[in-house]
Amino acid sequence: MWTLIQIELFKIFRRPRTYIAFAAITGLIGIIQFGLKLDGDSYVEFMMRDITSSITVEGKILNGYQVCYIVLQVLLVHVPLLIALVAADMISGEANMGTLRIMLTRPISRTKFLLAKFMATVAYTLLLLVWLAVLALFVNMLLFGTDDLFLLKSQYVVLLKKDDIFWRYVWAFGFAALAMTTVASLGFLFSLFAENSIGPIVATMSVIIFFTILSTLNIPVFNTIKPFLFTTHMIGWKEFFDIKVNDANEAIVGSIQNSQKIMNSALVLVIHIIGFVTASILIFRKKDILS
Amino acid sequence: MRKIFLLLLTVHFSLLAAAQDMTALVMKVKAKLDQVNDYEADGKMKTDVSFIKAPIGKVKVFFKKPNKFRLRKDGGISLLPKGGVSVNMNTVFATTDFVALAAGEAVIGGTKTKVVKLLPSNENNDIVLTTMYIDEANLLVKKMITTTKENGTYEIEMTYGQFAQYGLPDKVIFGFNTKDYKLPKGITLEFDDNEKQLTDAEKLKNKKGRVEITYTNYVINKGISDAVFK
Amino acid sequence: MQAIVNVKGLTKQFKNLTAVQDLSFSVNEGDVYGFLGQNGAGKSTTIRMLATLISPTDGEIEIFGLKLEDHRNEILREVGAVIEKPDVYKYLSAYENLKLFARLSGVKITHEKLMKQLDQVGLASRAKDTVKTFSQGMKQRLGIAIALVHNPKLIILDEPTNGLDPQGIADIRNLILHLSRDLNKTLIVSSHLLSEIEQVATRVLIIDKGKKIIEGNAEELFDPAQTIVELQTFDNVYALEQLQISPWNTHLQKQRDTAILIKLDRQLISQLHRDLVDMDIQVLSLQPRHSLEDYFLQVTSGNQHVDTYSN
Repeated sequence: MWTLIQIELFKIFRRPRTYIAFAAITGLIGIIQFGLKLDGDSYVEFMMRDITSSITVEGKILNGYQVCYIVLQVLLVHVPLLIALVAADMISGEANMGTLRIMLTRPISRTKFLLAKFMATVAYTLLLLVWLAVLALFVNMLLFGTDDLFLLKSQYVVLLKKDDIFWRYVWAFGFAALAMTTVASLGFLFSLFAENSIGPIVATMSVIIFFTILSTLNIPVFNTIKPFLFTTHMIGWKEFFDIKVNDANEAIVGSIQNSQKIMNSALVLVIHIIGFVTASILIFRKKDILS
Repeated sequence: MRKIFLLLLTVHFSLLAAAQDMTALVMKVKAKLDQVNDYEADGKMKTDVSFIKAPIGKVKVFFKKPNKFRLRKDGGISLLPKGGVSVNMNTVFATTDFVALAAGEAVIGGTKTKVVKLLPSNENNDIVLTTMYIDEANLLVKKMITTTKENGTYEIEMTYGQFAQYGLPDKVIFGFNTKDYKLPKGITLEFDDNEKQLTDAEKLKNKKGRVEITYTNYVINKGISDAVFK
Repeated sequence: MQAIVNVKGLTKQFKNLTAVQDLSFSVNEGDVYGFLGQNGAGKSTTIRMLATLISPTDGEIEIFGLKLEDHRNEILREVGAVIEKPDVYKYLSAYENLKLFARLSGVKITHEKLMKQLDQVGLASRAKDTVKTFSQGMKQRLGIAIALVHNPKLIILDEPTNGLDPQGIADIRNLILHLSRDLNKTLIVSSHLLSEIEQVATRVLIIDKGKKIIEGNAEELFDPAQTIVELQTFDNVYALEQLQISPWNTHLQKQRDTAILIKLDRQLISQLHRDLVDMDIQVLSLQPRHSLEDYFLQVTSGNQHVDTYSN
């Protein structure tokens, strides 16, 4: 199995396509960093316009932690598209190249083959997130320094102390990994059904865009289905940046406002992953390879 | 008719007399505060606004005559009422050009106080009206309500301890009005409702924000560079 | 001789197409088993079923005496297959491809051995080049090298000469002969071109529309002494009638629309000629055809035309 995963990883990382996502993330973060470094103050001003009518916020708002949050907020909506680029190509790409035939005449069970491929996809996803973490968190910490994190939520604002943040990012990235793995498993499932990668990639992206729009729309009719959309749960990482307050309305350092909600979202995502992968295996075991 | 005139005159005079009295009291308080040329203090600041979740933060406060004031948080971010907590006694006393009117007595924190209304004579002053609750015996301002042109009304409550002799409080509670805060979910990229569930009554009650600063370690009259206030 | 592959009643039904129907055949050890059929006859489907790419609707496949369904991995360890195009990872080099598939087959193989294998198929000098830059013939040779990398007992080559130039075709032919004669491998080679099979096969299976037409030893089927003559006359219907009541009846083959096909010993051609004249059949032409080509065409594509003449 390990050999199989190694082989799959070797294949993934020898393909130019793989690096598109890494390059895209680097480019996007670079642009955000450049922009904020150059004109961060007006961005902050713009960001704060709704609160400064009654509150003055003093301090270095635009620090590394803040920039990382901005980057994640913007990017984690789009990273799924980059993951789809590879995940949705895993089987369909091989079918397209014709290599699926030769792979599946090797003495390896289809289940193992599929699991190895899925593991490799997950490894790719994780590496992409590690890269994202390096650029969005560590590089920004270097570029912008660290300080308290001031966050605007829709109903309230949160101020997190400088030394009460890093662990939240660690968990947030962990959660994001789970969310992105969900995307990867969806793309992976779709990749079974086509002999070119465009179809599954577009299908995966469409589902994610469609669901995300449903998740974002605040229309009562859709609100009832929101809990059932995995995209709703994909932004659960933000919950790590919400803090509990005591009776005196004083934030409790080191607390998470709604850890139950994070657990629920994580559970929903895990169930999706298991569902998608199981479906993939069941379908693939019976599939006639006609490519 | 004459009686009425006399009565009015009496009232007028008594008012004037009272006003005179109050000016004296205020000036006494001011004189007490004037002992302090500058100070520097460490404090803990707590922001209590319904829509703000913030931990207690450490602050440093600097003051220098006549009215230089600066609150600095140690590297962190601080959330302060608009206009700042720099609206304090020193700002009020910065000018001697005011009319002080007596407005009765009140009990603040178990202490009997004289209520004094200060009206700046200068039309251009940002402060429109200040109501002070002065502990006459100790010459300490226990509470102060200031209405400004730009930033609404602030309520400042002060508790004294160790540094009462300088007229410097141990604890200042800064009350102010806040506006509603709400951002569209599209901007914050939140998908579902996860706000603090506040009842309407609570929301109304909490429309007033508070900033509480507890001071320790006053360093008084040791000289402070002007650079600190920039 | 031992049957290495034993297929019984193999059937594959796609939605509304029966690709393979009740097909039975067996491949003996050491055979170069020629698997012939027109495009779409069901060759590919059958071969894919042998290679476990497609699961049969019905029937049984035994390889090395084991049921393929139950002993898939065990069997595939001893099978090398190139199915349809020899597609490999284009962005990898020939060497990397070969190594990758060796590992997949569970074979630990040294660098020297890999290079030797590439050398055998004439790719040693291009070992480090990505497959993207390879010609069709080179890809085919690499595909075969990959099929052989784990030293299998049974080699399945599906249309190995497709898209190759004459030199490439000759190379593959020689390779097949080398594998069979020198290395004692058992091979199943499919093709829609008889001429390819004819030169290498020891046994032949011809299928059409998913059904077996004929299976037999190549020697018997393609006896060089036997030939097929193509007869064209002024009146084919009359000529056929005459021949059917003559002793030549037994030599008559399934017919094509413009000519009458007669299979006979080469030496009997002059006798046939005389008899035709005696039967007053006006001959336009009498041509001996390449036996196998015609035989193949006849059994695969000629069927449909028989009826035209019988009416």
